[in-house]
Amino acid sequence: MSQFAVELRDVVKRFPNPAGGEITAVNHATLQINHGEFFSLLGPSGCGKTTSLRMVAGFEWPTSGEIFIDGKPMGRTPPFLRPVNTVFQSYALFQHMTIFQNVAFGLEMERVSRQEIQRRVEAALEMVQLSGMGSRKPRQLSGGQQQRVALARALVKRPAVLLLDEPLGALDLKLRKEMQLELKALQEQVGITFIYVTHDQEEALTMSDRIAVMNQGNVLQIGAPVEIYERPNCRFVADFIGETNFLFGKVKAIDPDFVTVSLRGSERELLGIPLGKFHPGQEVVVSIRPEKMRLFDDTPLKLGVSPNQPNCFPIRIIHTMYIGSDTRIVIDFGSGVQLNVWEQNHLSTLDALAYYAPGQELWVTMRPENVLILPEEE
Amino acid sequence: MAAETSAITPTSRFSLIRRLRESSKAQGLALISPTLIYLLFTLVLPLLLVVFLSFMTRGAYGNIVYRVNLDNYTRLMDPLYLRILGYSLATAALTTVGTILIGYPLAYYIARTPPRQRSIYLFLILVPFWTNFIIRIYAWIMILRTEGLLNSFLLKIGFIQAPLEILYTPTAVLIGMVYEFLPFMVLPLYTSLEKIEPAQLEAAADLGARPHMAFLRVTLPLSLPGMIAGSILVFIPAMGMFVVPDLMGGAKTILVGNLIRNQFLTARDWPFGAAASMLLLILTLIFTLFYTRRAGFGEELLV
Ligand SMILES: Nc1ncnc2c1ncn2[C@@H]1O[C@H](COP(=O)(O)OP(=O)(O)OP(=O)(O)O)[C@@H](O)[C@H]1O
Ligand SMILES: [Mg+2]
Repeated sequence: MSQFAVELRDVVKRFPNPAGGEITAVNHATLQINHGEFFSLLGPSGCGKTTSLRMVAGFEWPTSGEIFIDGKPMGRTPPFLRPVNTVFQSYALFQHMTIFQNVAFGLEMERVSRQEIQRRVEAALEMVQLSGMGSRKPRQLSGGQQQRVALARALVKRPAVLLLDEPLGALDLKLRKEMQLELKALQEQVGITFIYVTHDQEEALTMSDRIAVMNQGNVLQIGAPVEIYERPNCRFVADFIGETNFLFGKVKAIDPDFVTVSLRGSERELLGIPLGKFHPGQEVVVSIRPEKMRLFDDTPLKLGVSPNQPNCFPIRIIHTMYIGSDTRIVIDFGSGVQLNVWEQNHLSTLDALAYYAPGQELWVTMRPENVLILPEEE
Repeated sequence: MAAETSAITPTSRFSLIRRLRESSKAQGLALISPTLIYLLFTLVLPLLLVVFLSFMTRGAYGNIVYRVNLDNYTRLMDPLYLRILGYSLATAALTTVGTILIGYPLAYYIARTPPRQRSIYLFLILVPFWTNFIIRIYAWIMILRTEGLLNSFLLKIGFIQAPLEILYTPTAVLIGMVYEFLPFMVLPLYTSLEKIEPAQLEAAADLGARPHMAFLRVTLPLSLPGMIAGSILVFIPAMGMFVVPDLMGGAKTILVGNLIRNQFLTARDWPFGAAASMLLLILTLIFTLFYTRRAGFGEELLV
């Protein structure tokens, strides 16, 4: 067994553009996916996720670069010789075959014996909770059931790697949530490497061991969900994953752990952690997530905290929205900057002021490690 | 309601019309009535006429004697006519097979080309229809004659020493029939091949199927509805065809179509011609029903 289940080394894929020229669907992508990992490719529509997956499956060949599966360079190996299987977004079940025949197809291609096919297909159908449905045609199943058939059909082959292209995309929200849990449990049970394509960031965060965030053919960041969310390496990732506030400014001072940024068009300064290399005077973007700020009335003073301490500012409430678990507040941060702040409703009370009201004058504080300093991109 | 309909008063008659208008059955009938009228005059009445004629007798001067009898049908059981029938069945079946063998690769190829080229190819397939059918058959005669294009060419390149005798043989009839009916096979085949999603073949390859297995297990079964539709479109008219055997088969080749045509136009025995037509109709019906049942046609059409 080699070190990685799948490796993309400097892979480029260009398509001829019908309107002339070329489209770069994947741009110098390098990825290393470990054995047994649940790895997600996450990014907006058209960023090259499907193309990357199709190159691993063998439906497309890289324009340059190389793909390795279990250490072996794939070159132009056709799909039927690769130890991977795909769950297609549209499921691509064989409409003229029964469910049983669909699942058995891959084993028949391997010339597995009749009894063994019977046994393994039944086991696979049981695994996806479709026992007894073997004699139906795909059209006689619901969307969620068809999705399970597609899964069983691929898993019955015991592939080294399972490729899934937005497998839950066609399902409604509730079924989607259920299937997310089932899929994750199944992956842990069978221990197969999953490469999972999605444009749903919440799905990627909840299911993955690691995520690669892509945009416009580029792999921007690879990391565990918590890294991607808490320490994005660029403005795009911070924006795409979860919600955040952006502020703009210049680096004023750098000390070993923190960077001081003077905000554009204001006297205020923020102390935050640098995600990247900076030099004084550099233009930067500051990302602060709404749940990582706290609002106080005059208590910072009462608590003995000086209002002159870093990242503590007087603000005014513009707008509030009570949504049960949280209150979502828009604050006036001064000099025309508005920030979104989410306060958890810790206390059960009917006191309206506990949930804030427009016009209230308060203080906002944020810990320096919640203030992320990112390089400004062109 | 009951009181309203039991007494025929002006109001109740009015409500009867209204109820008719509101009944969904009556509405449906009214909606398809143009079709029904059309079918009545073009299908039902002529067919009844043929059925009626087939039980009559020919008079001495080719007139029709109105006396119900089964003579025409017993006459059809003569080995001579049965042989013609068997020969027609075989020719129609071979024509169907021939159009599949030539039409399948053609339709497959067209379905694979980029969409813009497809319409050009389909157009080219239909172009010959702009020329009169008889003229196209004469063109074939020019090609197949003893001193025709094919023989001169083969002789010139030295492939053969003596001219091939093709024209006025069953082979010539088959060539003419396959040529004539090819588009009727290609178009439905193309339609069902074109409908197959590329993802289906990718899924087959992904599951380990080499191209020939993917073809046998996925493409072929999914194109079956087109093949069946094409077979019906070819087989049925091929059974009744008489122009091609007349022109290309010489006097030796007689099919049911020729027999029927001769009875009506030459022998002036309309009742016997009508009986032969009925036999042809029934045979074709049986064949079609059998063929479509076997292939599960009804269900596949829904794809
Ligand atoms: N066969 C092709 N020919 C030309 N361009 C293509 C082809 N396949 C993909 N592309 C282009 O490559 C880019 C990436 O496409 P891809 O399907 O990989 O995106 P994606 O990330 O899967 O998007 P989505 O979330 O919408 O599925 C797009 O700009 C797309 O138009
Ligand atoms: Mg995609």
